[in-house]
Amino acid sequence: MSTATTRERTAVFEARGLTKVYRLGEVEVHALRGVDMELYESEFVVLLGPSGSGKSTLLNILGGLDVPTAGTVRYREHSLTDDDDAALTRYRREHVGFVFQFYNLIPSLTARENVALVTEISPSPLPPEEALELVGLAPRMDHFPSQLSGGEQQRVAIARAIAKQPEVLLCDEPTGALDVQTGVVVLEAIERINRELGTTTAVITHNAVIAGMADRVIHLSGGKISHVHDNPTKVSAHDLVW
Amino acid sequence: MKAIDRKMVRDLWGMKGQALAIILVLASGIAVFVMALTTLASLVQSQETYYDRYRFAHVFAHLKRAPNSLAERIAEVPGVSRVETRIVAAVTLDVPGLAEPGVGKLISVPESHAPSMNVPHLRGGRYVEPGRPGEVLVSEAFALSHNLKPGDRVNAVLNGRLQPLKIVGIALSPEYIFSIREGELFPDDKRFGVFWMGYTELAAAFDMQGAFNSVVLALNAEANEPEVLRLLDRITEPFGGIGAIGRADQLSHRLVTNEFSQLQGMALLTPTIFLAVTAFLLNVVMGRLINTQREQIAALRAFGYTRWDIGLHYCKLVMLLVVIGVALGTLVGAWLASALTEMYSAFFRFPVFYFVLPPNVVALALGISVAAGLLGTWSAIRRASRLPPAEAMRPEPPADFRPTILERLGLQRFLSVSVRMILRQIERKPRQALLTVTGIALATGMLVLGNFVIDAVDYVIDFQFFNSQRQDVNVAFVEPSSHRALNEVRNLPGVRDAEPYRGVAARIRSGHVWRKLGILGLESEPRLFRVLDAEQKQVRMPPEGVVLSEKLAQILEVRPGDTVTVEVLEGDRPVREVPVSGVFADYSMPSAYMHIDAVREMLREGDTLSGAFLAVDSQYLNTLYKQLKQTPKVANVSVKRAALDTFEQLLNENLLRMKAFNVFFATVICFGVVYNSARISLAERSRELATLRVIGFTRGEISMILLGELTILTLVAIPLGLMFGYGLAGFAVTVMDTETQRFPLVVSSATYAFAATVTIVAAVCSGLVVRRKLDHLDLVSVLKSRE
Repeated sequence: MSTATTRERTAVFEARGLTKVYRLGEVEVHALRGVDMELYESEFVVLLGPSGSGKSTLLNILGGLDVPTAGTVRYREHSLTDDDDAALTRYRREHVGFVFQFYNLIPSLTARENVALVTEISPSPLPPEEALELVGLAPRMDHFPSQLSGGEQQRVAIARAIAKQPEVLLCDEPTGALDVQTGVVVLEAIERINRELGTTTAVITHNAVIAGMADRVIHLSGGKISHVHDNPTKVSAHDLVW
Repeated sequence: MKAIDRKMVRDLWGMKGQALAIILVLASGIAVFVMALTTLASLVQSQETYYDRYRFAHVFAHLKRAPNSLAERIAEVPGVSRVETRIVAAVTLDVPGLAEPGVGKLISVPESHAPSMNVPHLRGGRYVEPGRPGEVLVSEAFALSHNLKPGDRVNAVLNGRLQPLKIVGIALSPEYIFSIREGELFPDDKRFGVFWMGYTELAAAFDMQGAFNSVVLALNAEANEPEVLRLLDRITEPFGGIGAIGRADQLSHRLVTNEFSQLQGMALLTPTIFLAVTAFLLNVVMGRLINTQREQIAALRAFGYTRWDIGLHYCKLVMLLVVIGVALGTLVGAWLASALTEMYSAFFRFPVFYFVLPPNVVALALGISVAAGLLGTWSAIRRASRLPPAEAMRPEPPADFRPTILERLGLQRFLSVSVRMILRQIERKPRQALLTVTGIALATGMLVLGNFVIDAVDYVIDFQFFNSQRQDVNVAFVEPSSHRALNEVRNLPGVRDAEPYRGVAARIRSGHVWRKLGILGLESEPRLFRVLDAEQKQVRMPPEGVVLSEKLAQILEVRPGDTVTVEVLEGDRPVREVPVSGVFADYSMPSAYMHIDAVREMLREGDTLSGAFLAVDSQYLNTLYKQLKQTPKVANVSVKRAALDTFEQLLNENLLRMKAFNVFFATVICFGVVYNSARISLAERSRELATLRVIGFTRGEISMILLGELTILTLVAIPLGLMFGYGLAGFAVTVMDTETQRFPLVVSSATYAFAATVTIVAAVCSGLVVRRKLDHLDLVSVLKSRE
């Protein structure tokens, strides 16, 4: 499925002229400077770029966590840029799964409860146990975040993101805080979700090796897309080495 | 249970120390609020029931002597539903075990049945029976203080004849809830007793057969009291009536009301301040607590939880704390209130005792707490969810630290790096620093307020009993006497100094406002009974005119130079226009003074006096008492020491206990606030402090940074708190300013020292807890979970 060509497929996201300027202390940061892009159904895309290239900002805007200063984003037939906070919240709740670099688990809840936190507000979720099974954490689901390793915590975060059966899975440096072996396990989990559930997946990284597992790679630099390339020779996460 | 609710429970458990502190702060505020209002409501209810059941009269009038048939004319006054005539007489008592002469008030009652008003409530023994001479009922307070039982005897001088009174019953009366005699400030149960005696016998002793000298009335609902008083005065005037009064001017009722209104001042003011401060603290604490969960809120928002969901989540948390706090506070408050009500009921000797916990008090307490908690929560959540979630999860941008004012002034070479960090932190987050300082200052201020009452009362005691009234004994004669009587008194054993006075009952009127009181005529510069103004300077008695207490001048709306009408209620009842020659501030009932010669002139009398103030060598006191007891001319002896003892005892029982509760709760609040401030600072800065540890700072050094900040803020807060406390005390003084009593705005240095010490101790204890937490700071997890 994910290996099929992308030409005739429906675009899940369509962004035009995205610009984002925000203030950081006393500095004005131009995070995005006019980005046009699409994301297609069921594809696995890697957004590659050095830090400060604008990739996190782009992902946050696609996920409805942030709004652009200028430009438009459409999610299927729906314009995200016209949405207010309530509409964006509903959009996130129903369609988007997030994985963050620092997991952002709720420390006072166990793995299972962290997943349940999301399934309880979703229209058609997987049972939390099943979601944890998918990331290989069924045996540890009653552990608190502080009792889990970094990789395990990130897999809980992935289970939490996919348990709502989102149409898109957005991962921001999911392996950024992890060592190689753990990173691979996490990436395998993401790969499996993409493959088995057909979830459109976008992964941000500055690690070029990870691009090897993508259908398509979008390179960003200085807040612009420098180039996009298809990756016909997709490798499994298992075979990645860095 | 939903996962998000589980989060709430676990979060709460995770911060149990802080949660407990918040609950205790809230419970303390609520407890004081519930305690005071419940006590007041219960007392008012008990009083009303007592009045109702024992038919406390509405109108009271005294006269010299009138035939019983006058009662029929009085009954015709519109609005009067019942009339009861009686004889009331003051007698000197010789009580076994009491050195000084006691004073008794004998009230006649029908022999065959209880009176129709001011019904004595029998606590023991039986009612007087016809045909048995000497039988009396005695007031319980007097009986208790002399351990008198039915069957005991007390000797009294009735109309110049010594006669034994045989006690057959112990009684209470709504007319003498406070058995206090005219002219005194405080009840003195040892030296003043009320007795009820059969009419026939009392009339015989005073040659009053078929006559009365006192009448009480019950009014119906349509009665116009002032009109009844006016008509009654017109009827009694030919018989020596000295002016009828309503309940409002009845001595016992007025004192009970005064006690209640003071209690109400305390009951409304202190708890309201407590509750307001608590509400503010709850608001601040919840707000800051939620701020420390900024990242978690952002994550929840990222998963699709709405602001409303998140708000509800934290509201539940706050509500849980609030409900526990209010429940605890209500329980403790109600428990203390029942103890206080019982104590007050015993103090007032109410034969009926009600304990009511008014539901609206609890509802109000809950409502205010809920509102305060929600307000704090809501604004914090708004702040936390104002940023798009992506930004909230991003590490906060480095704040724009600037060199502090001290550094800009070039003083940095005197400051270590740690001190500079502390100062910059405070300057960068002035809002947080301000909230911490405000919280601690409020708590300190409440400690000042809690103790202030005692300072004020101490000052009044000192003022009244030591600086103003320097006499030891006040001797009042039965009838106004000549100067010879003064010489006789002066020659009594142990008398070092004697000073005459001429007191006269009068109505002072200005326009339509009037007050009935005794005008006291004094020498121009008395040595013993000195009239002092608020600056404790002696007020000289001017040769002409009257000197009014400030409160009386306010009531009459007159100033020095204006004129008041004085209607004398004795003898020929002259009416005079008298200039107001001075006004002085004082702390007790409205009073008026004149030069003794001016009083005499007004009465067209010679060298008369109605009594004398004496300074007595304490060794001779007992001898003096014995002599005075046997002097028929002496109607009344009051001993200052005794009055002071009674007053202090009264204070110990009531005010001090309530003060102790207030101070206790203020202390709890102070600890709770300081502790929470320290814990929240720790939560807000643990990441930064862990980073410092990672780069090589020692535990001591990072403690220094956090605790140094707490120290500076506490030190800034304490003087502000003391000032705030002074302000609260000033406000309390204004609120407790009643016609019969005022308090001076005096805060002792001991009170300030106490408040400051409690705050410092609270800060040190909280600092130690925080220090322990800092020692266990988990460097890795703090750094790992965030950037």
